Amino acid sequence: MDEFALLGKPVRNVQLLGHVTGETEFVDDLSFPGMLWIKAMRSPIPRGRIKKIDTSKAERVPGVVKIVTAKDVPNNYHVNMAALGIGPPDEPVLPDNEVNYKGEAICLVVAKDEETAAKAAQLVDVELEELPPVLDMEEALRPDAPVIKPWGLNAHIFGSGLDGATPRGGQGRPYFLVKRGDVDRAFESADYVVEGSYLVPPIEHAPIEPHICVARPEPGGRLTIYTATQAPYFVRDNVAAILNIPPSRVRVVSPSVGGGFGGKVDPEFEMQVAVAAMAVGRPVKWRWTREEEFTVSTVRPAVKIEFKDAITRDGVIIGRRARLLHDSGAYTRTSPYGVIKAVFNLSGPYYIPNVYYQGYCVYTNKQPSSAMRGYGVFEVSYAVELQMERDARTVGMDSLEFRFKNAYRNGQVSASGKVIEDAYIIETMREAAALASYPLPPHLLSMSSWG
Amino acid sequence: MVKLRGRGVAAICYPTGMNLGGDPSQTVIVAQPDGRFIVNVASVEMGQGLKTALAQIAAEAIGVSVEDVEVRFGDTETAPHDTGTFASRTTHRMGNAIIAAGQEIRRILLDVASKILEVRPEDLEVREGRIQVRGVPDRSISVKEVVAQAQFTYNTPVVGKGHYVKPKSPVDPETGEADPHSTMAHGCTIVDVEVDTETGAVTVLNVYSVYEVGRVVNPRLVEGQVIGGVVMGMGAALTETVYPKYPLIDNQATSFREYVLPTAGDIPNIRYKLIESPTPTGPYGAKGVGEMVVNSIAPAIVNAVYDAIGVQITDLPLTPEKVLKALEQKKRGQL
Repeated sequence: MDEFALLGKPVRNVQLLGHVTGETEFVDDLSFPGMLWIKAMRSPIPRGRIKKIDTSKAERVPGVVKIVTAKDVPNNYHVNMAALGIGPPDEPVLPDNEVNYKGEAICLVVAKDEETAAKAAQLVDVELEELPPVLDMEEALRPDAPVIKPWGLNAHIFGSGLDGATPRGGQGRPYFLVKRGDVDRAFESADYVVEGSYLVPPIEHAPIEPHICVARPEPGGRLTIYTATQAPYFVRDNVAAILNIPPSRVRVVSPSVGGGFGGKVDPEFEMQVAVAAMAVGRPVKWRWTREEEFTVSTVRPAVKIEFKDAITRDGVIIGRRARLLHDSGAYTRTSPYGVIKAVFNLSGPYYIPNVYYQGYCVYTNKQPSSAMRGYGVFEVSYAVELQMERDARTVGMDSLEFRFKNAYRNGQVSASGKVIEDAYIIETMREAAALASYPLPPHLLSMSSWG
Repeated sequence: MVKLRGRGVAAICYPTGMNLGGDPSQTVIVAQPDGRFIVNVASVEMGQGLKTALAQIAAEAIGVSVEDVEVRFGDTETAPHDTGTFASRTTHRMGNAIIAAGQEIRRILLDVASKILEVRPEDLEVREGRIQVRGVPDRSISVKEVVAQAQFTYNTPVVGKGHYVKPKSPVDPETGEADPHSTMAHGCTIVDVEVDTETGAVTVLNVYSVYEVGRVVNPRLVEGQVIGGVVMGMGAALTETVYPKYPLIDNQATSFREYVLPTAGDIPNIRYKLIESPTPTGPYGAKGVGEMVVNSIAPAIVNAVYDAIGVQITDLPLTPEKVLKALEQKKRGQL
């Protein structure tokens, strides 16, 4: 370590003093002359057709400046992750004909303060025709399920170029596929076949600071957006796209953010604030409540993973089948990316020569899910490590010994056909065993990732 | 009342940076007339300590102290393009970009210093904020002085640019063949739990974790990630979900009354160790850390409960209700 002057040194977090003294500036500290506030009128049902939006009563509330609906959005349908080549553009900034989850914003009240906006939002009269929602992923994939996507299927189409990964023009299938070796033969020669099914439910990021954004129109048709985001350039590109203006006219500032954990990766409300600010020509602020954090902001996706492992008498995994269902909620967001990342990692830190992995991105009438700390791999690590435990007990082998036996090593080939170069799990497990006084036999102590 | 103890293991790997790559990071470092360096990035400081970690990398690359570097973040007007702060990508991607920018700054400084000291640039070295003739510490000049003279005497802008991207890997749609990862970091967690068979409550007693992070940039910041990861992983394992009746949406959580997070009193005995296996793709060998440290916790806890009660509960979270139900089924011989 002495080759470095500063690397590896416990330098104190330069923001620490500002945080504990209250000096650090967050978006909520920003205020501008003439600034207005937003509250949303939200869908009370998970799925329905919008028959009529009557804003007349709400507009008469003193202090209400404007009620923003789909009609005010220059380019209403957008793709959050257009920069990554993910499609199709299935999510409106504000819905024009149907709602697809409970809590979806139908229109925005822009008023002199939050109380006025909230009061007026309750007076917006929306007539909704209820439609049967799809909530369960397995049900959503059945042929007789109500279809909530215009392409006629409640699943994302992978392999045709809309997943941000495969080339355009391919035939496509409703799942992402990784296969290697001959998995059928592996199961034919297996001594043990072990099955398991595991579920991670939707989880909230729960940052200290809820979503908050101020959009401020500037001279010359420019717009500055102060927002608690993890990805200022995603916000800039999305706002420019839905306003139909060049991205260089939009400036996005993300001052200190009060925790993100992935929940502030998607531009999920900045477009709405931008539309409102441009519509009224004044600075507009939107500060989500804790309830909106729980019920509207993205969550970690529910992911269900089914495994079937082919194992020899000696405790070597020679084949694995996996079927992964990822609950995207009502809209696409980053989900195809999350599914692909998950599927590539379904072997965990282990070498399995024969695999057949399918990952489905399923749409349901729930708040959209998206990135959360460990995205894609958190859910996979959970399922893989429970399956490994089940495998070890079936074979009758110690938990760590079974993992050592199947650990990947440098020079082997991963599920996606890549030569492994950074393997270090054997050494990591050995150190952990030492730290926890977990006894290891000598033949495990002498193993190496380069053996 | 019986309290059962169990021990569980989880071993994991975690890829650094966006899956498949194609996620560029750029930076511009600009020297100020007072000799300090402003590092402009569109990455975001959200409590993880990015400002500090990137300042250390920049200061290391230029050869000055951390106090002489300030990272300004999160502004698309002052900073060139960056994909964003997620996917455990910023230390790796932006770190590499900053090293490139810092090396350009260092080249400019040596060039200017060589004119002032009248020696060839290759005979100079930067050490702790001073530029000196190799082996002749007496012949030296401070970086601050070189920056000032560059701007006021030698008409040279002291600006460094840096860019890093892992080119996007193509994917074979038939087999999934691809090169998705820049590098893999590793972790192994061993957990001890106690299960109360009367209430179904699970108490996490000890968490032992080892993480292989390529290279530790700042051990204090990594410690923050590790401890935060334990707490977040415990929440996922034991209490948290927005939809308690998933996939139904009834009883959806709306506040911290129904959605219970672990708090300070729940934090178990945590012992951890960081180990290093530097990756050729990383800045000074560093891999991504921030996400991996949450991933090993929940499976280790659930495996420990399996060890304690002899039943594997497969669906998170392990509420007392689920634990009691599992114990009851076991008693009746249904499992």
